[in-house]
Amino acid sequence: MNNTQDKNDVLLDVEDLEVEFHTGAGVVRAVDGTSFKVHRGEFLSIVGESGCGKSVTALSLMRLLPRKTAAVKAKKIIFDGIDLATLPESEMRELRGRHISMIFQEPMTSLNPVLTIGDQITEPLITHLKMSQKEADLRAIELINMVGIPDPERRITQYPHQFSGGMRQRAMIAIGLACEPKLIIADEPTTALDVTIQAQILELLKDISERLGIAVILITHNLGVVAAYADRVNVMYAARIIERGSSSNIFGAPAHPYTVGLMRSVPRLDKPRVGRLATIEGMPPNLLAPPQGCRFRDRCPIADEKCQESPPTTTAPGTVQDHTVACWKNEFAKENAPTLYGSETAIEKEKSAHGEKVLLNVSGLKQYFNISIREGLKSHKVDIRAVDDMSFNVREGETVGLVGESGCGKTSAGRAILHLDNPTAGNIEFDGNLLNVGNIAAVRRDMQVIFQDPFSSLNPRMKVGQILEEPLKVHKLRDGKSARLDRVAELLTQVGLYPYMADRYPHELSGGQRQRVGIARALALEPKLIICDEPVSALDVSVQAQIINLLEDLQNDLGLAYVFIAHDLAVVRHISHRVIVMYLGKVMEVGEGNTLYDNPQHPYTRALLDAAPVPDPEIERSRQRTILEGDIPSPLNPPSGCVFSTRCPLVTDECKSMVPELDDFAPGHGVACIKIGAS
Amino acid sequence: MTVSAPTENEPKAEITASPEQLKAERPSRRTLFDFIKQQPLGTIGFLIIVILFISAIFAPDVAPYDPEEVDFMASPALGGGAPGPEHLLGGDAFGRDILSRLIFGARTALSIGFFSAFIGCSIGAIIGIVSAFAGGKVDILVQRGIDLLLSFPIIILAILVIAIVPKNVVFGIDINVIIAISIPFIPKCARVIRSAALSIVTLAYVDAAKAAGYRGSRIVFRHILPNVVAPYLILITAYIGQAILLEASLSFLGLGVVEPTPSWGLMLAGVNSDYYITAPWMIVFPGLAVTLAVFAFNLLGDSLRDWLDPKLKL
Repeated sequence: MNNTQDKNDVLLDVEDLEVEFHTGAGVVRAVDGTSFKVHRGEFLSIVGESGCGKSVTALSLMRLLPRKTAAVKAKKIIFDGIDLATLPESEMRELRGRHISMIFQEPMTSLNPVLTIGDQITEPLITHLKMSQKEADLRAIELINMVGIPDPERRITQYPHQFSGGMRQRAMIAIGLACEPKLIIADEPTTALDVTIQAQILELLKDISERLGIAVILITHNLGVVAAYADRVNVMYAARIIERGSSSNIFGAPAHPYTVGLMRSVPRLDKPRVGRLATIEGMPPNLLAPPQGCRFRDRCPIADEKCQESPPTTTAPGTVQDHTVACWKNEFAKENAPTLYGSETAIEKEKSAHGEKVLLNVSGLKQYFNISIREGLKSHKVDIRAVDDMSFNVREGETVGLVGESGCGKTSAGRAILHLDNPTAGNIEFDGNLLNVGNIAAVRRDMQVIFQDPFSSLNPRMKVGQILEEPLKVHKLRDGKSARLDRVAELLTQVGLYPYMADRYPHELSGGQRQRVGIARALALEPKLIICDEPVSALDVSVQAQIINLLEDLQNDLGLAYVFIAHDLAVVRHISHRVIVMYLGKVMEVGEGNTLYDNPQHPYTRALLDAAPVPDPEIERSRQRTILEGDIPSPLNPPSGCVFSTRCPLVTDECKSMVPELDDFAPGHGVACIKIGAS
Repeated sequence: MTVSAPTENEPKAEITASPEQLKAERPSRRTLFDFIKQQPLGTIGFLIIVILFISAIFAPDVAPYDPEEVDFMASPALGGGAPGPEHLLGGDAFGRDILSRLIFGARTALSIGFFSAFIGCSIGAIIGIVSAFAGGKVDILVQRGIDLLLSFPIIILAILVIAIVPKNVVFGIDINVIIAISIPFIPKCARVIRSAALSIVTLAYVDAAKAAGYRGSRIVFRHILPNVVAPYLILITAYIGQAILLEASLSFLGLGVVEPTPSWGLMLAGVNSDYYITAPWMIVFPGLAVTLAVFAFNLLGDSLRDWLDPKLKL
C-alpha cells in the first residue's frame, strides 16, 4: 500500500444527503441536507448525541436502510469516482465489503454465532476476490495476525462465543479489512467495550488506517475518543452537520454554541474539578416537526430573533481552512466560549463538605455466586467470586465512587449492600446497625437505589404519580391522599420536573426525565444513603451533566451520602470525594479523588487512567499511552496470587503466589500491590 | 425532612413543552367511543360477543322453537329439514330446529368456554408469577408439578377430573365440566406466564420495589401481574375456542353436556357428521357458530391487549 497518499485526494464526496423515514406518526427527516467529504486515508469522526442522525448517515451511504420505510435522496454521493446515489443494487453489492466495509457497535450480535471466525473472514475473500478456499484461509490467518489476535491458526477454527468482546471486535475489523477496502465505517465500535479494550481497538484502527492508507469514518458520541483519534470532526445536531473542522479547530476554538456546550458538559479526567458542569438545557427537537430557524435555538444561551426566523447558513468562522459552522452568532460564541454557559468563577468550585460520622461500614464483604458447570455427565460446582473481601466505609454526606471495568464486581457489591442479593460473608454496618436478612426491612427506607437503565427501572404500567406515591403509602409517610399528592408534587419539583408530570406514563418521558423520576422515587423515602448504580451511563452527554448536577444539588440540600458506581472515570472523579478502584472482585486502590487521579499508584489504576481518552487533542497527541494487553480473566478461573498479575506490566513471580493486602500507601490512600510499598 | 422550597429548585432542564402544551391536559379517561375509534376490529369482536351473550340470556324469547321440540317432518333422515322459511337453518336428525338449538347452545358454549378459560388461565397466571418471583426451590417444585400435569393429554386429564368431581348443575351450567376443562389449562398457562414473568423479575423496577421494602404480595400484584396482562389476554382468548371444542369432545364421550341439552359441540359430533353430504347444514352452521365465537374473542383479546398497553395509548 502507498503510505504517502495525498490526504487532500477526496475519496467520498456527499452533497445534500437527505434521509426520510415514513412512520405512522408522520415523516421523520433523520438526515437533513448534510454534505461532507472524506479524504483518502483520513480519520474522520462524526460526533453527536443519540438521534442526531449519525448512524443513519452511515447506513444510508452503504444503502443498508430498509427501502420500504426509508427514502434516501442526495445530489451526489461520489465514492472513488462512482456515484452511489444512482448505482444499481447489484453493483452496490459488489462495492460493500469490497471497497467500503462497516464495523458495528455490538460485536456480540454482528458476528454469526454458527460460523467459525475463519469462515466469516474468508467469506468476503471468496465472494469478492474469488479466492480459493486455501488462499482465503492463508489470508485469514494473515488478517487475524494483523489485528493482534494471538495463535491465529487455532483461532480461525473457533466460534464467536469462544472470543471475548474485544477479540470479537478485532475479528470484525479483520473481516472489514479482508478485501483491503478504501473506506471503513465504524459505527460506535467501542461503545460496548471496556475502556482498556476500547483503547486497544481504537489504536488498532488508527494504526491500520495509517499503515494501509484506509479512510475511516468513526461514528461516536464520546468526545475523548474523537480528540484522541480523529483528524477531522463533523458535529451533528438534529439531523444536520452544525460544525466541521480539524480536530484541533473543533476542540481548540469551537464556534457553535452546541459544540461549546458539549465540550463543557463532560467532566475532565485529567484536571481537578473546576465546578459544576455546564448543562445544555432541554432536549434535542422532535424531528417529526423540527423548529423553524436554527434547530438549536431553544437550547441555545445566546439565541435571538434571527435564530428563530431562518436556519443559519454555513460560514467559516475564522481564517482556518476547512472549519465551517452553521450559526448566526458564531463569532460571539467563539469569542465567549468560556462564559457561554456561565463562567467558572461563578459556580461552586469545591464539592460540598461531608460529615465525619461513618454511615455505612462494609468489612470483609464477599459475594460468591455458586454455579454448576457440566462436563459431559459430571457436573461440579464453582464459585464465581464477584466480590472478594471488600472493605470500605461511607461517611454522612459523602460520595464514594466505585469504579472498574465490567465484571469487576462493583454492581454486585452495591446489590449486596442493599441485600438485593444476600451477601455470602462479611459485615455490613449501617447507621450503627449490623445488617442481616432479618433486619434489612427496617433500614430499607434509609438506603435507596438508583439504577442505570431509565427504561427498565420504572414500571411501565404505572403513572409517574403512582410510582412516587406508592412508597409513601406503603411506609405510611403521609396520611391521606391529598397529603401524598402534595408530597409527589414536591418530589417532582425537587428533581427538576413539573408536578403535572405525575399524570404521565414513564414512556412519555425522555431518558433524562425518567432518570429524574427514578431519583425522585429514591428520595420519596427520605433516605440517608443512595446507591447509584451507573446512573448516567445510559444518558447522552448533555443530559448526563444535568443529572450529575442534580445529584450534587440534592446532596447539598439533603445531606445525602452516595455510593456512586460507574465505569466512566471522569464522571467518578467529578462527583466523588473518595474513589475505590476494583478489579475482578478485589479492591486495587482507594483514596481521595484528586490524590488518586493525580498520583495513581496501582499499575491497574494507572493503566485505566492511561486508556481513557481526554477530550483535548493537544494533550492526546503528547500522551504516551501504555496500553494494557490482553483481556480481563474469566471470574470463573481467576489468576492465583494478585488477580491483576496476568496483565500487569510490573509482574514478578512473587505476584503470582501472593495475594496483596490493601496497605496504606499514604494516610487515606490504600494500594493493594506488593510492588508499591508504603513510602 | 426540610426540603428546600421549590423556588430554589426551580424546575429546570429537559422541559421543552411549550406553555400551550403544558395547559393542554390529556383526556384522563378514555371513553367507549375512543375504543370504537381506535380499535374497529375489536369493536366488531365485541359486538359479536354481545349478540352471542344476549341470545344466550334471552334464548327462550329469541329462539323460534323449543330446542328440544321434535318435528319429524324436518328431519333429514326422512328427506326433509333443508333450510327454508319454516326452519331458517334447517333441522337436525331428530327434526329439531337448528337455529333454536344454536341459540340455546350459546349458553353452554359461552358459559363453559368463557368460564373455564378464565378460571384456568387466572389460576395458571398466578401460579406462574409466584413461581417466577419466588424462584429457587419453590420454582423447581411448582415446575415439576406442572410437568406432571402437562404429561397427560388434555382430554385424559379432563376425564380424570370429571370422574372425581360430582356432577353439579347450577343455572343449567355444568360446573363440573367447567372445572374439568379449566384444570388442563392451568399448567399450560402457568408455563407461558412464568416465562413472561421471569423476564420481568430481573428488571430494575422490581429491584427498586424490593429496595423500597415492599412486601412480596405487593410486588407480585402491583408490579409483575399488570406487566403480564398481554400474554394472559391472548391465552384466554385462544383457550376459549379450545374449551368449546373440548366441551364437545367430552360431550361426545358422554361425559360433558348430555343430550338433549343443546351444545354446539354435540351438534358437530356423533351421528350428525354422517349427514355431511345429504344435509350439510347440520354441521356447517354449528361449525360457523364455533368459528365466529372464537374469532370474536380473538379480535377482542387482541385489541384489549393494545388498549391496555400504556405505550400504545394515543
